[in-house]
Amino acid sequence: MEEEKIEISLSVNGSRVTKTVPVRRHLVDFLRLDMELTGSHLACEHGVCGACTVRVDGAAVRGCLMLAAQADGAEVVTIEGLSDSGEVADLQAEFELRNAAQCGYCTPGMIITSAELLAAGGIPDRDTIRDHLSGNLCRCTGYQAIVDAVEQTMKKRAAT
Amino acid sequence: MTTLDVDVNNGLVGKAITRQNVKRLIHGRGRYTDDISVPHMLHIAFVRSAHGHALINRIDTSAAESAAGVVRVVTGAEVSEVCEPMIAVAAHRPGHKSAPQHALAVDHVCYQGEPVAAVVATSRAEAEDGADLVVVDYEELPPVMDIMEALDPSSPPIHPGLGDNQCFEHTTVTGDAATALAAADFTVEQDFEFGRHTAVTLEGRAILAHWDKVEERLTVHHSHQSPYQMQDVFSRHLGIPEHKVRVITPDIGGGFGLKINVHGEELAVAAVSKILEKPVKFTADRLESFVADCQTRDHLGTAKIGVDANGKITSMDFENALSVGPYTAYIRFGLAEGMMAITCAAAPYALTDYHARTRVAYVNKGIVGMFRGVGVPIGCTVTEVLVDQAAAKVGMDPVEFRRINYHRDEDYPLVSVGGYAVKSMSLHRCLDTCIDIMDYESLRADQSAQRERNVWRGVGVATFVEAAAFGPVYYGPSGARVSTQDGCTVKLEPSGVVRVMTSVTDQGQGTLTGIAQIVGDQLGIEMDAIDVIAGDSATTPYGGGAWASRGMAMGGEAALQAGKALKGNILDLAASVLQTSAEALTLEKGEICDVASGEARMDLAELAKVGYFRQDTLPSGSQPELMVTRHHVPDTPYYVANGVQGAHVEVDVDTGFIKLLGWWVADDCGRVVNPLMVDEQIRGGVIQGIGNTLFEHSQYDETGQLLNASLADYLLPMSAEMPDIKIGHVETPLTDTEIGANGIGESGTIGAIAALWCAVNDALRPLGAQVSRQPFTPEHILEVISAARK
Repeated sequence: MEEEKIEISLSVNGSRVTKTVPVRRHLVDFLRLDMELTGSHLACEHGVCGACTVRVDGAAVRGCLMLAAQADGAEVVTIEGLSDSGEVADLQAEFELRNAAQCGYCTPGMIITSAELLAAGGIPDRDTIRDHLSGNLCRCTGYQAIVDAVEQTMKKRAAT
Repeated sequence: MTTLDVDVNNGLVGKAITRQNVKRLIHGRGRYTDDISVPHMLHIAFVRSAHGHALINRIDTSAAESAAGVVRVVTGAEVSEVCEPMIAVAAHRPGHKSAPQHALAVDHVCYQGEPVAAVVATSRAEAEDGADLVVVDYEELPPVMDIMEALDPSSPPIHPGLGDNQCFEHTTVTGDAATALAAADFTVEQDFEFGRHTAVTLEGRAILAHWDKVEERLTVHHSHQSPYQMQDVFSRHLGIPEHKVRVITPDIGGGFGLKINVHGEELAVAAVSKILEKPVKFTADRLESFVADCQTRDHLGTAKIGVDANGKITSMDFENALSVGPYTAYIRFGLAEGMMAITCAAAPYALTDYHARTRVAYVNKGIVGMFRGVGVPIGCTVTEVLVDQAAAKVGMDPVEFRRINYHRDEDYPLVSVGGYAVKSMSLHRCLDTCIDIMDYESLRADQSAQRERNVWRGVGVATFVEAAAFGPVYYGPSGARVSTQDGCTVKLEPSGVVRVMTSVTDQGQGTLTGIAQIVGDQLGIEMDAIDVIAGDSATTPYGGGAWASRGMAMGGEAALQAGKALKGNILDLAASVLQTSAEALTLEKGEICDVASGEARMDLAELAKVGYFRQDTLPSGSQPELMVTRHHVPDTPYYVANGVQGAHVEVDVDTGFIKLLGWWVADDCGRVVNPLMVDEQIRGGVIQGIGNTLFEHSQYDETGQLLNASLADYLLPMSAEMPDIKIGHVETPLTDTEIGANGIGESGTIGAIAALWCAVNDALRPLGAQVSRQPFTPEHILEVISAARK
C-alpha cells in the first residue's frame, strides 16, 4: 500500500515552505529528508536524548515526537537558521572556546535548548543550568564545559 | 633521546588552543554518514532474530518483496555467497576457540537482534515496513545465558563445532600467591560483578556503501574509527582488490571503541551494494544499537590480597570470568577484556606473589567488543577496592596505605606482577596532587562530622594505570591485521600554508588539532596556516585510526617527525636559493630566517613559489621535495600512563540513592599537547565511568530477551546529577618518543569506576556493608546495608 500523504505549509528558518509529506513522517525526518537540513540529529526517536531539539513557534521541542503534519502553519527554526540569525553567536563562541562540543552530535540540540534559557534572561546558578539541560544527552563531554559555556554567556549578556 | 627543541618551537604544543574543526559542528554544519545521500541510493532495514538462540528453518520474503518501495530482500544465505564469514582465532593464544560469524545469520541465530536478512527499499520507512513482512520460521534452542553455566562443560555448546562454550582461559602466575596469602598477617577477599553494558554512541552506527559496477570499485562512507581496517576487511571479505576499496570516515557522532569493531551489518551493507549494484545506506536506530552494537564488560570475579604486619601488600589472587556473547568481536578476539583485567590488576603496587585466572565464556547475548578501557576498569577496580579494605583492616588511612605500597620512584623500570612492563610511573606525585586538589583532610573532617548526624559520606581515592598505544610487539604475533603504527604526510602548498594528512582519526577528541600544533611548532607556523585531513583510506597514510588512546602518542610522533623532515627539505631548498648552508637557516613565524642574525630572508610562500613554479632558477638537478611522510612504529608493547582520582559521595541509606558531591583527577598522560583537549577527554571519560558504575546495565532475561533496549529504560548520566570535575596535571613526557605524549582517552573512565566503588564503600564501611555489584542500583545499596544489619 502506498504511504498516505498530506500537504503542509509552514515556515522553516524564515522561508515559506509547502510540501506533500507522508502523514507518519516526524518533524526531524521532514527537516532532514525533505528540507535537507541535516543539522537536527536523531539519536533515540523516543523523546529522551534531545539531539533532535528544534524551535517550534518559539519553544524548544523534541522534533522526533512531533509529526511534520502537526507543524502545518508553524514557525520552525533549526540549528542552521538559529546559527545564521546570529542570535546565539556569543553562545557558540563560548562552546568553541571551552571545547563544549566533542563529537558534536548533541550540540545543535544543546544550543537550541540553551537558547531557551538565554532568552529567559538573568544569571541562573549552575544547578539551574544543569537542570535545564538535563533532557539533552551528551555522551562525550561530561557536561561541565557546556554548563560553563552557558553560564559565561549569561554573565556576559547581563554585563552588557 | 632528544626532547622537543624549544629553540625552534613557537609554542603551540602545550597551549589550550580551540579545535580547528569544531565550529561546523556547533553551527549545525557537521557531515555525519547519515547526512550523506547519493543519486539512486537505497536504504536497508534489517530483519533481526527475535530469539536468543534458534535455528532458522525457512525465511519467507514474498510478502515483503511485493511491498511498496521494497526493491529486494537479501537473506544471510545470499550474502554468504559473496562475503566470507568472519573468523577470529588468535594465533598467539593456544586453546583460543572462535566460531565463524556470517555477516547475516544463515541458519543459526545466537543472540536476540542478530541480523538475518536485509530489506532494501527506496526509503528507510518502506524498508522497515518490508522488514515487518518477512516471516522467519525459527526453531528455538535452549539459550545459555549465565557465565558460570556456560563455563560448565556440560552446558549445551552454542557452536557444536567448538565442543563447549569456553572461548579462552589464561592463568598468570608470579611467585607463589597461595603460600604468601596463607602466611599473610591480614587478608581481605571480595566477590565482584560488573554488569554488561553498551557504548551508546549518540550517532548510531552508519554506513553508505556504493559499488560502482563499471569500475568495479567500492566506496564506503562509514561511521568508523579506522578506515584502513575497514578497507582491509571489505577487500578481503568481498574479494575486491584493495586499491579498489576506499573507506571515508566523515564526522562521527561518538566512537568510544564501539566503532573499531566490525559488525556483521556493515559487511552486509557492502555486500548488498555489490549484489544490487546500487548505493545503499544503513543507520542503526536506538533499538538496533541496544540489541546489536557490540556490548562490554560482563565480568564476575573473586579476589583476595594478603598484607604483612607492616602493612605491606604481599600477594593477590584474582579469579575472573566473563562472557563475550556468541562470537568474538571481529577483527580482534574476545581476549582483551579478560586479559587486560588480570594483567593490569595490582599494577601500581610492589607485591611479589600473584595468581590470576581469566575464563571467557560464550553466551546467547550480544557480542562483547572493544569499549573505552577494555578490561582495565575491572582489574583496576578489583585492586583498589581490596586495597581500601586491607587498609581498613590494618587500621591505616587508605592514602597512606597506598603510599607505602606503591612502587618506589627509584624501582623503575619494572614488570608488575600481572605482567605490565613499565618504564616509569608518577604514582606518588599523582597521589600528592590529587590529595592536594581535593583537600583530602577537610573531606575526612567533614565525613566524621556528618556521621554524627547519620549522614553517610564517602571519600574514594583510586589509582589507575592505563596501557596505551599498543604496538606491533603486542598485536603482531596474534595474526590480526591490526595496524599498530601511524603515519603523517606534511605538504607545503604553493601559498606557503601546510596541509597535513594523518592516519589517526578524530571522533571529537581534538586529535587533529593536536597534530596541527605539533606540525606548526616544527615548521614555525601558526594554526591558521595548517589544515589537517584525516579519515580517507585512499589518500592519507596507512595506520591504525583511533583506538587504545593512540592519537597523540602515535599520530603525534609521526606528525613531529614528518614536520621535522619537511623543515629539513625546506631549509635545503632555501639554502640553495639564498646561497648559504641549511644549518645557517631556520623557520620562524612563517619566515626562513638567518640563525645568526635572526633576520628574515624569505617567507614560505616565496620559497614554495620557487619549489613549484620557478625550478628554472635552481641549480641543475635540483629536486625540491616539499611533501614528506613519516611513520611511527613503537618499539615497546605499549606506553603506560597513570594517575589518581578522588570521588566524594553521599549515600542515602534509606533510599539507596547516591549523590555525587565532588570529583578530582590527577593525571599523567606524558606531554600535554593541548590541555583544553586533555581536560575534556578526562571529564568525558569520568562521566562515562560514573554512568557505567551507577546506571548502565544491558539486562537480559533467561530466554535471551534484552529487557531495556530504549533510552527510557537504560539509564545514562545526564547533566543534572553529574559533578564538576577538578583536574591537576602531572606531566612526565615519555622518553620513548620526541613528542613524549602518552594516552589519555581511556584513563578518565578507568579511574572513575574504581574511585566510585571506593567512595561508596567508604561511606558504607561504618555500617559494615560493601558493594559487590555494578551498577550500584538503589536496590543493591539497600541490599548490602540490610545484609550487614542481619
